Amino acid sequence: MTLRTFGFDEFGFLLQALHWTLLLTVIALIGGGLLGFAVALARTSSVQAIRFAAGTYIQVIQGIPVLMILFLSYYGLSLAGFELPPLFAAGASMTIYTSGYLAEIWRGCIQAVPKQQWEASESLAMTRLQQYRYVVLPQAGRISLPPTVGFAVQVVKNTSITSIIGFVELARAGQLINNATFQPFRVFIAVAVLYFVVCYPLSQLSRWLERRLHA
Amino acid sequence: MSYTFQFGVVAQYQDEILTGIWLTIKLSVLSIILGSAAGVVLASMRSIQGGTVRFLVDAYVEIIRNTPFLVQLFIVYFGLPGLGLRVGADTAALIGMTINLAAYSTEIIRAGIEAVHKPQIEAGEALGFTRFQIYRHVVIVPAIAKVYPALCSQFVLMMLASSICSAISTHELAASAAFVESQTYRSFEIYIVVTLIYLALALALRAGLALVGMWLFGRRVARQAMTVLPEVPA
Amino acid sequence: MPEVVVENVHKSFGALEVLKGVSLTVGRGEVFALIGRSGSGKSTLLRCMNGLEKINSGRIEIAGHALGGDAKTLRSLRADVGIVFQSYNLFPHLTVGENIMLAPRIVKGATRPETQQIAREVLQLVGLAEKFDSYPDQLSGGQQQRVAIARSLAMRPKVMLFDEVTSALDPELTEEVLMVMEQLARDGMTMILVTHEMSFARRVATQTIFMHKGTIWEAGPSRELFANPQTPELRQFVKSDVK
Repeated sequence: MTLRTFGFDEFGFLLQALHWTLLLTVIALIGGGLLGFAVALARTSSVQAIRFAAGTYIQVIQGIPVLMILFLSYYGLSLAGFELPPLFAAGASMTIYTSGYLAEIWRGCIQAVPKQQWEASESLAMTRLQQYRYVVLPQAGRISLPPTVGFAVQVVKNTSITSIIGFVELARAGQLINNATFQPFRVFIAVAVLYFVVCYPLSQLSRWLERRLHA
Repeated sequence: MSYTFQFGVVAQYQDEILTGIWLTIKLSVLSIILGSAAGVVLASMRSIQGGTVRFLVDAYVEIIRNTPFLVQLFIVYFGLPGLGLRVGADTAALIGMTINLAAYSTEIIRAGIEAVHKPQIEAGEALGFTRFQIYRHVVIVPAIAKVYPALCSQFVLMMLASSICSAISTHELAASAAFVESQTYRSFEIYIVVTLIYLALALALRAGLALVGMWLFGRRVARQAMTVLPEVPA
Repeated sequence: MPEVVVENVHKSFGALEVLKGVSLTVGRGEVFALIGRSGSGKSTLLRCMNGLEKINSGRIEIAGHALGGDAKTLRSLRADVGIVFQSYNLFPHLTVGENIMLAPRIVKGATRPETQQIAREVLQLVGLAEKFDSYPDQLSGGQQQRVAIARSLAMRPKVMLFDEVTSALDPELTEEVLMVMEQLARDGMTMILVTHEMSFARRVATQTIFMHKGTIWEAGPSRELFANPQTPELRQFVKSDVK
C-alpha cells in the first residue's frame, strides 16, 4: 500500500460521505418525526394506559445509549433473518432514537397550548380529532419549530455513531482516509469542520426562530 | 424464527461486564465533576470579563456543541499523538468527555446566570458584600440552582454517550459487550442485557444527582432533577 | 316549554362539594342571571350545562338534549348550546372570519360560501363587520369578546351561556359587550349568564338566581329580587355590590 496524503481527492471523498450523513439525518427526521408524532399524541391521550405506554417508551429511549439502539437494530434485523446493508440498521436506529426525543419535545408543545383552547373548541362541538387538527396542532406546531430545529443538530451529530457498524458516512469516511494517510489530526479536523458547517447554521436558525417566537 | 435465546451465556462473563460497568461509572463521575467545574468557571469568566474572553469561551462552546462527540474523541485519541501528546484510551475518553461536557455545562449555566435578575445583584451591593461574595451567593449559586435539572439531564446524556468511547478502544461497558459478543456470538442477548444495565445506570445516576441536589440546593430543586418525565394530566 | 331543565344536580371536586342539589327551569326566550360570591358554584353550574364539568348526580336537559350520554350526544348538545368565556378564547392562529367559519364548516358541514355568509351576518350583529380579516391580537378585549359571541352565534344555538364575559374588561369595553347581549335577549335568545353586573341583571334578566354555598339561596323575577331581597345574605350581597 502506498501512503497517500490528505488532498483534494480525499476531501472530495469526505464531501460524498457527507451526503450519506445528510440522507441519514433526513430519514431519521422523517421516520422519527412520524413515529414521534404518534407517540406525542399517545402521551396526551385521554386514555391513561396509552399515556403510560407512551411515557415508558420515551423514558426507555432517553435512558439508553444511541449506540445500544444501533446494535439492537443491527443484530435484531439479522436475527429476524434480514441480510440488509448497514443503511437499514442505521436508518432504523436513528428513527427510533429520534422518535423518543421528538415525542417528548412535541408533547411539551401540545401541552403548552392553553387548556382554554381545548374548552372553546370542545364547546363548539368539535370531535377530539378536529380539535387537534384545526385548533391545537397548528398552535403547537408554531411553538415546536425552534426546539425541533435545535434537535436536528443532535441528529446530524449522532448519525456519526452509525460509523461503528460500518456505515460509511462522514465520520467513517474520515476513519478510512486516516487509515490510508496516517494524518489523523488533519483528517479529523476536516471532518469536524464539515459537521460544523452543517450544524452551526441549524443552531443559529433555531435560536433565531426562538427569538422571533418570543418577539 | 428458530433462534433460541440463551441469556445464561451472558452470565458466564459477569466479571468482564462488571469491569466495564466500573469504568463507565468512573469516567462518568470524573467527567461530571471536571466538566461542570469547568462550566462554572467558563460561564463566570464570560459573564465577568466580556470582550476577548467572552468571544473565546463562546467559540469553544459553539465548536463543541456543533461537532459530534465521536469526532472529538478521534481528534483527542488519534490526532493529539501527531502533535506529540500521546494519551491512553481511558485518558483520551476522560479528556473527550470533559471537554464535551464542559461546553454544554457552560451553555446551561450561562442561561442560568442571564436569568438572575439585576436587582438581586444591586441588592447584594447595597448590603455591602464584596464583588466576589455577591457573585458567589447572589449570581452563581441561584443560577446553578435554577438550571440544575437541565444540568442533570446533560450529565445523564454524557453517561450514555460514554458508550461511544468503545470506538477508541476504551474498555468501558459497551466495549465489554462487544468483547462478550465476539466470544459467544450471542449478540442480541448480550446487547439486551447491557442496554438494561445502561437504563439502570441512568436511573441510578438521576437518583444520585437528586440527592446531591437536595444536599446543595434543597428539596424542591432535587425533586425537579429526579423527574425524568413530568406527569401528564388528562 | 322549558329549554333548560336542571334537576337536583350535585357536583364535587374531590372532597369539596360545589353544587348541593340545584334545580331550575328556564323557558324558551327567558334570560336567567346567576349571581353570587366567588365560590358559590355559579360558574360550575354553567359549565356543567354543556358538559365541560361532569355532574355527580342529578339531571340536566338542555335544548332537547340530555347530558350524560356518549360523546356523539354531547356533541349534538354542544352544537345547540353556545358558551362564551371570561377570557374570550379565540383561536389566535385564525382570522376573525376563520374563527367564526371553522365550526359551522367542520362540525355542520356547511359550504364555504354558506359559512362566509353566516360569518358576515353574525359579525354585523356584533358590530364588527369590518374586522373580518383581522387577527384576534389586533383587537381590543371588548372586540375580541364580541367576536367570541359571534363565533358561538354562527352555530345557530338555541341556548347561549355566558360565563362572566365582562369580568376581564374595562368599564367602557364592558358596555359594548353588554349592549350586544341585550340585543340578543331582545331578539328572543334563551340565555343564562353568570355575571357581576347587577344593573345589567336587573334590567335584562327575566329571572335572577342568587347562589350561596352551592345551593340556590334565593330566586325570582329580577326586579323583585333586587328591590326586595328576602335573605340577609342576598341583602348583604346586593349592598356590597353597589359601587
